[in-house]
Amino acid sequence: MTTRGFTGRRPGQDTAGRLPPGQYLTQDFPVLSAGPTPRVRTENWTFTLKVGPRPVAKWTWAEFGALPRTRMTRDIHCVTKWSKFDTAWEGVSIDDLLLAAGIAAPMPYTLAHSVDGYSTNVPTADLIGGKAMVALAYDGAPIEADHGGPARLLVPHLYFWKSAKWINGLQFTERDTAGFWELRGYHLYGDPFREQRYSDD
Amino acid sequence: MTTDAPPATPGRWRPATIARIAPLTPHVRSFFLSIDPPPRFQAGQHMDVRLTAPDGYQAQRSYSIASAPGSTVELTIERLADGEVSPFFHDVAVAGDEIEVRGPIGGHFVWQPAMGGPVLLIGGGSGVVPLMSMARHHAAAAPAVPMRLLFSARTWDEVIWRDELLALDARGDGFGLTLALTRDAPRRPGDHGRRVDAAMVADLLAGWPAPPAHVFVCGANPFVGVAVDAVLAAGVPPRRVRTERYGG
Repeated sequence: MTTRGFTGRRPGQDTAGRLPPGQYLTQDFPVLSAGPTPRVRTENWTFTLKVGPRPVAKWTWAEFGALPRTRMTRDIHCVTKWSKFDTAWEGVSIDDLLLAAGIAAPMPYTLAHSVDGYSTNVPTADLIGGKAMVALAYDGAPIEADHGGPARLLVPHLYFWKSAKWINGLQFTERDTAGFWELRGYHLYGDPFREQRYSDD
Repeated sequence: MTTDAPPATPGRWRPATIARIAPLTPHVRSFFLSIDPPPRFQAGQHMDVRLTAPDGYQAQRSYSIASAPGSTVELTIERLADGEVSPFFHDVAVAGDEIEVRGPIGGHFVWQPAMGGPVLLIGGGSGVVPLMSMARHHAAAAPAVPMRLLFSARTWDEVIWRDELLALDARGDGFGLTLALTRDAPRRPGDHGRRVDAAMVADLLAGWPAPPAHVFVCGANPFVGVAVDAVLAAGVPPRRVRTERYGG
């Protein structure tokens, strides 16, 4: 259905293939969150890895900072329609986290948990194999609180609500368990290139 | 986060006809949409809008609903000078034009009468749009619930729905309005001629018999940051505060 009088502003040739359907490119870094920005003090922060209900590894901020670092430069895509190209992150890959815990990925699904009670679900296969990290730095500096600092999940190939801000744990689960936005009508998986925005997409 | 509505299922894209366009301020207009069947929505939800160019190129945006549940969908859109979609609505669209919509969407930034109060709404500029839906719903469905809107606008003339809000304020029910004009002098007792700050929110809440059970803050991200910090500084638990932000 053509909209009378709408011509639009097309992305350039260089961006056309990189921009998922329904998205527009921004140079800004918009902030979206459901509530207040938690002020997380790193001296009180811990990161817990759980298999089901059972904690199997826990790190303090200092211990976490001593884990091997990985850098990723990726395009990110927010379900609110903006995309940002070539965002540069540094942190601890989920592969290295599992290695440090001395376990292999034990269950097919994962829930990411945040200090404010937020959670989001991701298939475990989408977190390992170099696909995701717990990011500690953005663009060469500690992540600002508004953007999820001190630590946020980075799963750049899924819509960005999956990249939980203020993360403090990963919990492996046998079943795919809907998180905060997934319980509120958003897609369980969230592939931007298949435009999986809402539960019925 | 315990009183959220059931999950929203936005459904498929469907046609909507722009039935009427109402200019509200120099940069803000409302677009009343005729949709068959009319969608059921909650106060605070938004719709996705999709426009299609002759060559098939499409653009999507989300716009909050300003009308009260049970009435015609009113999308209120601010014209952004460098925008792609909002200039279409302001400069091109006329009554009778057809667009595509999806929704309603959003199950968190919503207020229902069953949630009760007291409710504090804080809006900056066009961030007032979803809060207007809540204020209108309140007037129609639960006027006794204490609800106050703290609305920050640049000037008196940029107060969207000024006459309607003043009328709601004058009803003498649970609703109250406080204006914070950032580039204008206050015109009414109790209004402010400055940006929202911690002292303003503390003064406002000091007059309340009970702290707010629900706080909804919407606006540009820096505005929301300042307003939320002010609310938390006044002692409101973070879990009672819901935010919706736009811009970088």
